Amino acid sequence: MDEAQRERYARHILLREVGGQGQQKLLASRVLVVGAGGLGAPLIIYLAAAGVGTIGVADDDEVALSNLQRQIIHRTEDIGRAKTASAKDAAARLNPDVEIVEHRLRIDASNAAAIIAGYDLVVEGVDNFETRFVLNRTCMQAGKPFVSAAIGRFEGQLATFKPYERPGVLPCYRCFVREAPPRDTQVNCAEEGVLGAVSGVMGTLAAMEVLKEILSLGDSLAGHILLYDGLRTALRSVKLPADPQCPDCSVIYATDKNPHADAS
Amino acid sequence: MEIKINGQNRHFEGPVSVAALVTTLALEPRKIAIERNLAIVPKSAYAVTLLADGDQIEIVQFVGGG
Repeated sequence: MDEAQRERYARHILLREVGGQGQQKLLASRVLVVGAGGLGAPLIIYLAAAGVGTIGVADDDEVALSNLQRQIIHRTEDIGRAKTASAKDAAARLNPDVEIVEHRLRIDASNAAAIIAGYDLVVEGVDNFETRFVLNRTCMQAGKPFVSAAIGRFEGQLATFKPYERPGVLPCYRCFVREAPPRDTQVNCAEEGVLGAVSGVMGTLAAMEVLKEILSLGDSLAGHILLYDGLRTALRSVKLPADPQCPDCSVIYATDKNPHADAS
Repeated sequence: MEIKINGQNRHFEGPVSVAALVTTLALEPRKIAIERNLAIVPKSAYAVTLLADGDQIEIVQFVGGG
């Protein structure tokens, strides 16, 4: 770290649990943020500010006026620009240490593995369940931590998935959402609305879990799901066990049973 | 037995499984998770998970926005 970096990250370095070594770890880390929307905005900002060295941003959308009530990384003059380009400019203004890699596409089963191969961890704030299923499966197969956040109306849900660490004990996303809700009843921002600050709450909590995973700080959220109810101002962490009949993790790990899983 | 569902007390007679509760409350299982005493009940365990007196149940609606 040069002098400017030591000053920029001074409040991180002061933390005994982070220190100069932790900051070096952040600078060397590579995180893929899927979705540069309501959740992606605070995620990218806090990860860039923290000095996460390489941040991939995957999104195929352009900035629209109706995004700006919550997607605080984009500005009025960015309307019509690719969200990845707008996010890259915002991160560059904040921290020149950070390299933003634009993936201007929609992640699907055909491209997910190749993109995720370039990163240590994946965090998402996408607007649909199908993409979450693809990310879940791909991260599981690659053995990479997957932080998943979702919002709707006044609520949010957040979880970290690392089923490869303890197959059959730690869950994957599909142990929580077995199948996508019927399309016409899905709670999403475009159809149901969302209070903008809910994106800030959940995106920032997601950024916190990403930094914890990179730095191996505290208790991983893996094995729990965090539920935020903005109207009741209630935040609770609920146990999320692996489903022994999960269509994803129970199948992927069926022939690859952790020999230590049964020992008690 | 008395069960608390989303903070409201409900009375049930005899053994009730989570599967029966979902049916009784006319819930769409694809849209929700059932939380029982601060733990999500795996979907595959609905039929074999019996509610007990004093259980606290929360119906967690999936949100999908970003």
